[in-house]
Amino acid sequence: MAGASDILTIRSTRRAWALVTPALIVLALAAIGPLLVVLVYSFLTAGEYGGVEWTFSTDGWFKVLFERDIFDDTLTLADAHLTIFWRSVSLSLVTTVLTFLAGFPTAWFIATRAPQQRAFWLFLITIPFWTNLLVRTFAINQVIRNEGLLNTALLSLGVISQPLQMTYTQGALLIGMVYVYLPLMVLPLYAALERFDPRLLEAGYDLYASRWQVLTRIILPISRPGIVAGSILVFVPCLGAYVTPRILGGGKMMMLGNFIELQFGQGRNWPLGAALSIVLLVIVTLALLVYVRTLSRENRHG
Amino acid sequence: MAEQRRHFSAADIPGFGLTAMAVFVALYLPIVTLVVYSFNASASVAEWGGLSLDWYRKAAGNAEVLNATANSLIIASLAALFSTTLATLAALGTTRRAPFRGMTAVYAAINQPLMVPEIVTAVALLVVTAALKQATGYTGLGYLVMAHTAFCIPFAYLPIRARLEGMDLSFETAAADLYASDWQVFRHVTLPLLLPGILAGAMLAFVTSLDDVVITEFIKSPGQDTLPTYMLGQLRRAMTPDVNAISSMLMGVTILMLFAFFLLTRKKA
Amino acid sequence: MKKTIAAIALLLGSTGIASAEGELFLYNWGNYTSPDLIKKFEEKYDVKVTITDFDSNDTALAKIEAGGAGFDLAVPSAGFVGIYAEKGLIQKLDHARLPNIKNIAPEWVDVAWDKGREYSIPWQWGSTGVSVNTKDYSGDINTSSIFMDPPAELQGKINVIPEMGDVMALATMWAGGDVCSEDPEVMKKVRDALMAAKPKWMSMDYSTVEKMTNHDYAATVDWNGSGLRSRLANPDVKWGFPKEGYGLWMDNVVLLSDAKNVDNAYLFMDFIMDPENAAMLSAFARYANGISGSEAFMPADMKDAPELVPPAEFANLGQFVTVCTGKALEYQNAIWTELQK
Repeated sequence: MAGASDILTIRSTRRAWALVTPALIVLALAAIGPLLVVLVYSFLTAGEYGGVEWTFSTDGWFKVLFERDIFDDTLTLADAHLTIFWRSVSLSLVTTVLTFLAGFPTAWFIATRAPQQRAFWLFLITIPFWTNLLVRTFAINQVIRNEGLLNTALLSLGVISQPLQMTYTQGALLIGMVYVYLPLMVLPLYAALERFDPRLLEAGYDLYASRWQVLTRIILPISRPGIVAGSILVFVPCLGAYVTPRILGGGKMMMLGNFIELQFGQGRNWPLGAALSIVLLVIVTLALLVYVRTLSRENRHG
Repeated sequence: MAEQRRHFSAADIPGFGLTAMAVFVALYLPIVTLVVYSFNASASVAEWGGLSLDWYRKAAGNAEVLNATANSLIIASLAALFSTTLATLAALGTTRRAPFRGMTAVYAAINQPLMVPEIVTAVALLVVTAALKQATGYTGLGYLVMAHTAFCIPFAYLPIRARLEGMDLSFETAAADLYASDWQVFRHVTLPLLLPGILAGAMLAFVTSLDDVVITEFIKSPGQDTLPTYMLGQLRRAMTPDVNAISSMLMGVTILMLFAFFLLTRKKA
Repeated sequence: MKKTIAAIALLLGSTGIASAEGELFLYNWGNYTSPDLIKKFEEKYDVKVTITDFDSNDTALAKIEAGGAGFDLAVPSAGFVGIYAEKGLIQKLDHARLPNIKNIAPEWVDVAWDKGREYSIPWQWGSTGVSVNTKDYSGDINTSSIFMDPPAELQGKINVIPEMGDVMALATMWAGGDVCSEDPEVMKKVRDALMAAKPKWMSMDYSTVEKMTNHDYAATVDWNGSGLRSRLANPDVKWGFPKEGYGLWMDNVVLLSDAKNVDNAYLFMDFIMDPENAAMLSAFARYANGISGSEAFMPADMKDAPELVPPAEFANLGQFVTVCTGKALEYQNAIWTELQK
């Protein structure tokens, strides 16, 4: 794309920084700066009643991966932590894939409506999210419980003869996560698809003959920026999700967000909580950097 | 019209329309339940006890709920306004140009609020805002608006960036060739083209702010409960449906506003 | 544009520091303060009361310790009062300004966490035990075995509230130890029993009243006020005081060191120790209040509620849930994480 217009693509770097700086200032004050506090906390000693004491310690970091058995004092890998870590990563991946599978056709549907109708469908997607996360999560619970709408409907249709136990299962947690994060996938996809020129499609349709080929060779490549944005917006917050696992998982399926919260709350081990958060941050940053690097390389080639 | 029908037929990928409809139905199932139960006469959120407006009356008479609703809306509107503005600028600065030194770092910085669980930012912000509150004596909504703006930036930024990337440059180049100033190009060419992305970003930012619990819980000053923190406080004592009533009302107002908006724009057209 | 900016400035400034006259800032658990009582207080003294909610003792302590929180009164649980005092976050009460302090029931004056009520006055108190649907299970319900070693009839339909302190206290007492036990034998028994019992539980969730009422749960670990509400909505539900030992708690009103509305705070504390007003608190929160003479004003369905006051044979079996530290906390953290992972 470089070279299409010198005026707009190769602007002075100074201009770029001027545009970016206001956002950076706010982020530095309210998001990045506070992280330094957390970094410092991870090297301090846990206060007896929560908080930290100002003595240097690497206990928090040590406990991220290892634990001394509380009974025989042997040193082992912290098996519970690994379980929680693995659950968070795998559930987030599955959620991302599911939101994409549900979100892509939806975004496509909206983008292919007549221009004056699109805003209507777009708003239709966001209206449920005017209720807050807690209200929504409780409402989902309401639908899937034994005497809830879903079971009642399935029973009266004769699909099942016994109510399905859906509450407090991994399935319930997944349903909830997909529901909660769906607009984060649909809106960026829509933004990418909306500028799509339908004439391209028709040309492609003539060229490739099959709809599947049109989908994989034209539509998906063109919507890639939207897919990237949507996946990041879903996957990353999923990793740190707190409210949904707490309510829909029935407290028996802790995720990283809950585990970290436990350390800052009833567990009263702030340094461990701080260390865990930094581990999470580093992993996500690395993944993102790799992601962005590969993308920009591909862009340059393309 | 004929053109449109053809375009639709090409766009009609088998199963897509059906999936989209299923998504809309699934999206509204819990919402319908919520609205229906807000008219429930029984105190339980699970048992149907007949039709009544009790919870609306209770919500309207509960100063704490009303105050929380007002706080939620004020904070979300301001945070969406500020974060979308900042994100639009940042997106213009980071897309459609040769990568500059530090651009990857900027990108990481913008997305940073996404990567940290809320509780972590919350604890850190607690320390910072407590110091500020003591030093300045100011305890207003500013802290919450600032914090919400910060974590809403990536939510606004990503859709705008997705829109900008690969946006056709020929109009802008043409305008620039006709000696339009940078501002004129932006105002009359780039901005209108960018608008769907900005709209998507602003909506995401708004609903993200409405949802926030943990950060708000830690930095709120007296009387600054939002709907989510009000509900979080109730968690241990079982929910009362007055929050359902408020949420239903909020949605009703939204739908009415949208309806009015569509009527007005149609007249114009 | 100018108008917009002015409006925003107004919004941000309006809730800024207000003049201290005629105001009171209360920091309390959510949905715990009777709105009627607040209205009555506001009308009587012409003071505007602002209630702000917290959802855990830990959050409340962290916020108040960080400083600049701006509250006058807070309502921490028993074990936390000592911590507030030790950290200098609360001030000693001037009993001369609290004529109604004489109304505190004798057993709630010399309490372990605040001898002679130097720092705190009672808000509400209760116990932690089990609620059981007697249609499902007709055996003895006055035992923690309901969730530690569940009878066959209840398996798969049991809930445990996700509250580390309360649940671990019940579990250690069941295993023969004290709250905050540091005895490895006891804690090993606790861990093994909990891990064996977990697959027989349905969930660890707070929404007990709703789910006991509509019979989603057959039994739950709960607080007695919730047990009372479940029973009123569904008469099959009965409350059990575990004979191995049950948990006791009391939330207390404390006056913060940096309170700006000290006079109004005293007025409020004295106000809620009036028996009639204390009964209003109880009528809303559904717990007992520790004020003598309030029984006369209690709602009919609470006057002789079996959940509120332990019967004589169980009266001495309750232990206060204190804040565990050191080795005891380490044990509890490890077991709790393993339980929820």
